[in-house]
Amino acid sequence: MPLELADAPTTEGGPQDYLWTLNFGPQHPATHTTLRLILTLDGETIVKAVPDIGYLHSGFEKLGEHLDYNQYITIVDRMNYLSPVANEIGWHHVVEKLLGIEITPRCKYIRTILAELARIQDHLLNIGAAALDLGAFTAFLYAFNLRESIYDIMEQASGQRFHPSFTRVGGLASDVDDEWVRLVREFVRRFPKVHGDIRRLLNRNRIFLDRTRGIGVLTKEDAISWSVTGPIARASGVVRDLRKDEPYLAYPELEFQVVCATGGDCLARYLVRMEEMVESVRIIEAAIENLPSGPVNVDVDSKVVQPEPLATYRSIEGLIQHFELIMTNRRWQTPVDELYGATETANGELGYYIVADGSGVAYRARTRPPSFIHFAIFPLLIVGHQISDVVAVLGSLNIIAAELDR
Amino acid sequence: MSYETILCTLRERLGPENVTASQFRDNYRLVVPRHLVYEALACLKERDGFDMLIDLTAVDYLHYPNARDRFGLVYCLLNTATGQRLIVKTFLNEPELTVPSVWPLWKGADWLEREVYDMFGIVFEGHPDLRRILLPEAFTAFPLRKDYPLRGRGERHNFPILTRAES
Repeated sequence: MPLELADAPTTEGGPQDYLWTLNFGPQHPATHTTLRLILTLDGETIVKAVPDIGYLHSGFEKLGEHLDYNQYITIVDRMNYLSPVANEIGWHHVVEKLLGIEITPRCKYIRTILAELARIQDHLLNIGAAALDLGAFTAFLYAFNLRESIYDIMEQASGQRFHPSFTRVGGLASDVDDEWVRLVREFVRRFPKVHGDIRRLLNRNRIFLDRTRGIGVLTKEDAISWSVTGPIARASGVVRDLRKDEPYLAYPELEFQVVCATGGDCLARYLVRMEEMVESVRIIEAAIENLPSGPVNVDVDSKVVQPEPLATYRSIEGLIQHFELIMTNRRWQTPVDELYGATETANGELGYYIVADGSGVAYRARTRPPSFIHFAIFPLLIVGHQISDVVAVLGSLNIIAAELDR
Repeated sequence: MSYETILCTLRERLGPENVTASQFRDNYRLVVPRHLVYEALACLKERDGFDMLIDLTAVDYLHYPNARDRFGLVYCLLNTATGQRLIVKTFLNEPELTVPSVWPLWKGADWLEREVYDMFGIVFEGHPDLRRILLPEAFTAFPLRKDYPLRGRGERHNFPILTRAES
C-alpha cells in the first residue's frame, strides 16, 4: 500500500525542494527479507526514513487462537526462522508456566542445548549477512558452513533440518540418541576454529571497522525508552539477560557470562554477538557433558503428555489418554486465566501473552516479537548517516520479516 | 520495592476503589479504569521506576467465560534496574474505544499502539502517527476481534486478479 501523502516530502517551494525520495525495497537484496523503507535524502545523507512493513503478514496470532498448544509450534517455528527451535522453546516455556508443569531435568538440558544452538545459528547468519552487505563475502561462507552442522544436529533430533517442531507440552517429541550427542560434541570441537576465522576476517578489517564504528549509535536511554532488549540493548550498556535475571531451563546450573558493550553502534552489536556465541558454546559444552539420564517427558499420569506408542497400542489406559489429548473437545485442562512469560532468544526477549479459557486452545496467543520492536528504532539510528550505512544498520539490527509481520 | 508498596501508593493516588490487584503464577497484575490508566502508568514510571514498556497488547473478551467487558488492554512493564515486572490492565467497551497514548512515557509504544489499533480498532489519543501498520490502508476490518472469521470476509477471495494484458 502506498504511504499517505503526509509522509512524502514536500516537492515544491520552501527550502526543502532539493530533497529527493528513494524507495528501498520491498524486493532488495540487502533487505534480505521483505521490508520497505522510504528514505528522504539530501544528497547522500538521510534526512528521514519511514519504514513500511506488513508484506509478510499472515495472521499468525489469529491462527494461534485456532490451533492447540502443541499444533501452534508449527506456526511459531516460522516466526524467527533463523532460530526456529528457540521460538518453540519459548512458546512451550510459557504454556508450561500456564499449566504449572515442571519439566524433567533431561528435558531441561536438551532444551538448553537446543536454545543455545539456535542462538549460535541466529548470530552466525546475522554476522555473516551483515558482513556480506558490507562487502566481506568470505565471512558469510564460513558462517553458513558452520550453520550446516547445526542443521544436522536438528535433523538428527527431530527429522527435520529447518523447522524442527521438536518440543511438546511437558517434554519433547522424542528423546535424543548417542549420535546426536556425538554431533553436538563434534560441533563444539569445530566451533572455535570457525569463530576464529570469522574474527580474524572482520575484527581488524579496515573496511568493516570504518563502516560500522560510530554508525547507528543507540544510547542507553533510548534503548530503554524504545523497549529494546537482547544483544542490541546489551551493546548499548543495558545489562539485562533473562537467562541470568529470570533463570529458566538449566541456566541456573550452568556457568556463563553476560556479554555487554557500551558503544551502542553497529560494531558494538557485532562484537556482542561474536562473544555471545563463545559463551553459548561454553553452555553447550557443559550441558552435553552433564546431560542427565531419565525420561524427557513428564509423568504420563499428569495427563499433559501423550503416552509411549507401545502403551497407546497395548493398554486401555494408554489408549484413553492418547484419545483425551487428541480429541478436539478434550485436550488440556487449563486454568481460566492469562499470563505473560518470556525467554531470551538470539534477538532479544521473546514473550508470549497467553489468555486461556479452560480449553486446549489459547483464547489469545500474543507474541512479543523482538524484530518488530527493534525495527521501530531504525529511523532513529539512520537519520544523519549516509545511504550506504542503511545496510550496515539494517544488518546489525537482525530484522527478520516473518517475525516482524507475523 | 515490593508489590504491596506499589499497590498502596497507587491506591492513595487514584483512590482505593479504582485499583484492583491479582496474581497468577509470577505475574502481578493491576486493573485500573480506562480514564485513569495514563495517570497510573505515569505514576508507575516516574515513582516506581518501571522504565521499559515490554509489551502492549489487547484481548477481545467477546466469547470469554464470565467476561463483563469487551476489550482488555494489557501493558507489560519492566523495571530494568531491578528486573521487577508488572502488568497493568484496563477494560474498554464499545463505543468508547479510546485510551490516551503512552507514547510520551515510552517511545516504544509507537509501533505497539499502532499494531493494537490495526488489529483491534482501539484508538490511542495523542499518538503522533496512528496509521495501520501491518495491514493495507484500505483494509476496513479489525482482524483480531473475535467476530472476525478466521478465513476473512472475502478479502482474499475477492482479490482483483491482474492479467498480463491489463498490467
